[in-house]
Amino acid sequence: MSRILKYRELLLLVINLVLIAAFSTRAPGFASPKSLANIFNDTSILIILALGQMAVLLTRSIDLSVAANLSFTGMAVAMLNSAHPEVPLPLLIAAALGIGAGLGAINGFMVWKIGIPAIVATLGTLTIYRGMAFVLSGGAWVNQTQMTQAFLNTPRMPVLGLPLLGWTAILVIAIIAIVFTRTIFGRSLYAAGGNPTAALYAGVDVGRTKFFAFMLSGALSGLCGYLWVSRYAVAYVDIAAGFELDTVAACVIGGISTLGGIGSVGGAVLGALFLGVIKNALPVIEISPFWQMAISGLVIIIAVLLNARQDRRKGRLILRDAAKSRSVRVATPVEGAAA
Amino acid sequence: MSVAQAIAQNSTPLLEMRGISKSFPGVKALDSVDIALYPGTVTALIGENGAGKSTLVKILTGIYQPDGGEIIVEGEPVHFASAEAAIRNGITAIHQETVLFDELSVAENIFLGHAPRNRLGLINWGGMNARAAALLTSIDAPVSPYMRLKDLSIAQRHLVAIARALSVEARVVIMDEPTAALSYKEVEDLFRIIERLKRQGKAILFISHKFDEVYQIAERFAVFRDGRSIGAGLLAQTSQDEIVRMMVGRSVDHVFPKFDVAIGNTVLKVSGYSHPTEFNDISFELRRGEILGLYGLVGAGRSEFCQSLFGITHPSAGSLELEGRLIEIRSPADAVAAGIVYVPEERSRHGVVLQMPIFQNFTMATLGRTTRAGFLREAEEFALARRYAERLDLRAAALSVPVGTLSGGNQQKVVIGKWLAARPKVIILDEPTKGIDIGSKAAVHAFMSELAGEGLSVLMVSSELPEVLGMSDRVLVMREGRMAGIWKREELDAETLVRAATGNP
Repeated sequence: MSRILKYRELLLLVINLVLIAAFSTRAPGFASPKSLANIFNDTSILIILALGQMAVLLTRSIDLSVAANLSFTGMAVAMLNSAHPEVPLPLLIAAALGIGAGLGAINGFMVWKIGIPAIVATLGTLTIYRGMAFVLSGGAWVNQTQMTQAFLNTPRMPVLGLPLLGWTAILVIAIIAIVFTRTIFGRSLYAAGGNPTAALYAGVDVGRTKFFAFMLSGALSGLCGYLWVSRYAVAYVDIAAGFELDTVAACVIGGISTLGGIGSVGGAVLGALFLGVIKNALPVIEISPFWQMAISGLVIIIAVLLNARQDRRKGRLILRDAAKSRSVRVATPVEGAAA
Repeated sequence: MSVAQAIAQNSTPLLEMRGISKSFPGVKALDSVDIALYPGTVTALIGENGAGKSTLVKILTGIYQPDGGEIIVEGEPVHFASAEAAIRNGITAIHQETVLFDELSVAENIFLGHAPRNRLGLINWGGMNARAAALLTSIDAPVSPYMRLKDLSIAQRHLVAIARALSVEARVVIMDEPTAALSYKEVEDLFRIIERLKRQGKAILFISHKFDEVYQIAERFAVFRDGRSIGAGLLAQTSQDEIVRMMVGRSVDHVFPKFDVAIGNTVLKVSGYSHPTEFNDISFELRRGEILGLYGLVGAGRSEFCQSLFGITHPSAGSLELEGRLIEIRSPADAVAAGIVYVPEERSRHGVVLQMPIFQNFTMATLGRTTRAGFLREAEEFALARRYAERLDLRAAALSVPVGTLSGGNQQKVVIGKWLAARPKVIILDEPTKGIDIGSKAAVHAFMSELAGEGLSVLMVSSELPEVLGMSDRVLVMREGRMAGIWKREELDAETLVRAATGNP
C-alpha cells in the first residue's frame, strides 16, 4: 500500500530470515529446503485463517469465532465422511467452505443488521459454535480409522516437495492478494475501515462490506476445518482451542492495524510465518513450548508498539505545519474543526 | 440608568485580554484583540462564524496558548498553561454542546475532577451530594443530585453544566451559545439564572447570534470580525443597525473570480423538503451553470438539508426532480448514480481515507469505471487520478503516497477531484473553503466558477459572507430549519443576509 508498509514487510522478512539462520547454527538442517517446506506446510492453516481475519480487521472489526467455526465445520465434514464414505472429496471441501461461510454470515449479519459490536458478536458465536460441535458429535471423537484414505491423505500428497496443504495455502494467498488489491470488494474493505464516513459518502456500503468480510473469514475457517481434521487425523470438540488469538497475533505482527484500513496480504503471511518459525524452532533447540507463548506475546507487544509509533509519525506529518507554529499542545490545528 | 448599567460603566474590569493574537497554519485566527469583562456584568461577544470567538474562548479557558498579548485578572497578569490553570483562576465555560457524562449521577458530573474527599482520600459522597444539592438549589434547578444524567432533558443538562461551572468558585463564566438548543421558556429560566449570577458579582461572557437575547441580557458588547476587535461598548448606547454594520462591513481584499455564465434550464427541483427535526419545507430550483449560495447560522439546518439531498438522511416529506424526472434518493450510491455529489465540510472526517494512496481516493466513487470483468485496473486508476490531479493543480510527491501526507488545501482538492471524476450534474459544496489557506481559497473559488461555466449546477453552503456574496448567482437563507428567503445576485447585500439569517427585522 504505502512505502512504510513495504518497508515493514521487508523488515519482517529479514527478521524471519535472520531467525532461520540463527536457529540453523544451533540445529543443523533447520534451514534445509525440506525443513523450510515443512515449516511452511505446518503454518499453512494459520496463514489461511490469518488472511480471513485480516479481511475482518481491515473493516475495523474482529472475528473471534474462527477457531470455533473450524472446530464445528471440521467435525461436520469428518462425521459426514465417516457416515457416507462415498461422498467425493471435492464435495466435502465445498461443504466445508459452505458451512464455514454460513457461520461467518451469521457473525456478519449480527454486525451489519443488528449492530452488535464485532468483538461481542463473535465472542458469543465462539462459544455457540463449539457448543454446536459438541451437540453434533455428542462429545464423541471421529478417529483416523473412521475417515477415508482420500479424506486423510490428499492434503499430505507432496507435489514438488511441498504437500498439497502447503499448495492450498499458496493458492489462497494468491486469490486473496488479487481480491484485496484488484477488486472493488477489496478496495471497499480498506475504505470501510480506513474512514467509514468517507466510504459511505463515496457510495460504499460499509455494513455490507463487513458482512462479506465475515463471510470470507468464515469460509476460510471452514476450509481450515477440513484441513485441520485431515492433518491431525482426528476430530473432536476442542481442536484448535484458542487458535483465534494466533490469527489475530499473526495479523498484528504483520502490521495489520486493529483500527482498520491498514495492512497487506504479505504482512499477514509473514506474520503467520514468523509464529510458525518460532513454533518449529524452539523444540529443535530444546526450549520449552511455554517460552514459545511468552515470545509470541512479547513480539505482539513490540509489533503494536511499532504500529503505534508508525501512526504517530503519520500524525506528525499531517500536523507538521501546526508543530511549526509552536502550538505543540493543540490537537486540532484549525478553529473550524473544533467550533 | 439601571444599577447594573451604573456598575458596568464605573467598575474596573475583573478580567482583561489585551492584544491577544493566535495563528494557525495559513490562518490568523485572532489579530491583537482586546476584550474586558466586568463584575456583575454580561458582555456579549458578537461576530460572524469564523470571526475568532471560539478561539478566544479556548484561549481564555487555557485550551490554546496565545501567540501574543496578555491576560489580566484583577490587575495581575496571569498565564493559563492548561485548562486546569484557568479553572483555578475562577474561569469556567459552559459550551455549546455540554460535555457531560451520561452514565454518571448529577452530583458526580458536577464534581468530576474536584470531588470533596474524606480523611482517607476517598470521595466524600455525602458531602458531594449535599453540596451538589445546594448548588442546584441556588440556581433553582429542579434536579436531584442522585439522578443519572441520561434521564435529564437538554435544558436540565444545561443547568447541571451551570452548576458544574459554579462548583469551582467561578468568577468568570463563559457561555458559548447557551440558548442554541433551548426552548423559549427554557431561555427565560436561563436568563433568570444569569441575573442571579450577575447579582453575585460574576463576570459573564455571553456568546450568541440572536440579537434579541443579547439586548435582553447583556449590558456590554464586543464585536469581532475576521479575528480583529471592531468595536466594544454599552449596548444601551448602540443600535442593532450599528452592530450589524460592525459585524459585516469589511474591506474587500479578496476579489472573487466569478464569471458570467449563461444560466440554463432547471436541473434540480426541490419541493417541500422536510425533516422531522432539522428542516422544514425547503423548495427551490437549481439551474444549469448556476451557483446557489446557502447561507445561515450554524445550526440553521443547511448541512442536514444537503445530507438529505445526498441520501445520508431521509426526508419525511417533499419531492425531488432531476432534469424533469421525479427521483428518489435512498443512499449516497443512489445520489452519485443520479449525478448529485456532495463535498463534505470536514474533509478528513468525511472526505478522504487518510491512509489510502491519493489515486485510490480519487477513484473511490467511480470504481465501476476503472474495473473490467470485476477487476480494478491500476493503470486506469492512475490515469484518471492524474487527469484530475493536473486539472486541480494538486501538489503531491506522488499519486501513490497516502492522502494524509498532504496539506489541508491539497486534501480538499482530492475530495473535489474524486467527485468531479464522477461527472456530476449537481455538486453540493459544504463550506468549501473552511479552514484552508488564502491561496487555496482563491483556487477553490476559481474552480467553482469554472465548474459553473461548464454547465454544472453548484449548491454552495457557506457561512462566510464575502464568499456567499462574491460567488453566488442567488442566495437561499435558512433560519432555524426554514427558508428565510431567496435573493438574486443583484439584490444581495450583506446586511439583508445577516438580518434574514439572525431573524433581526
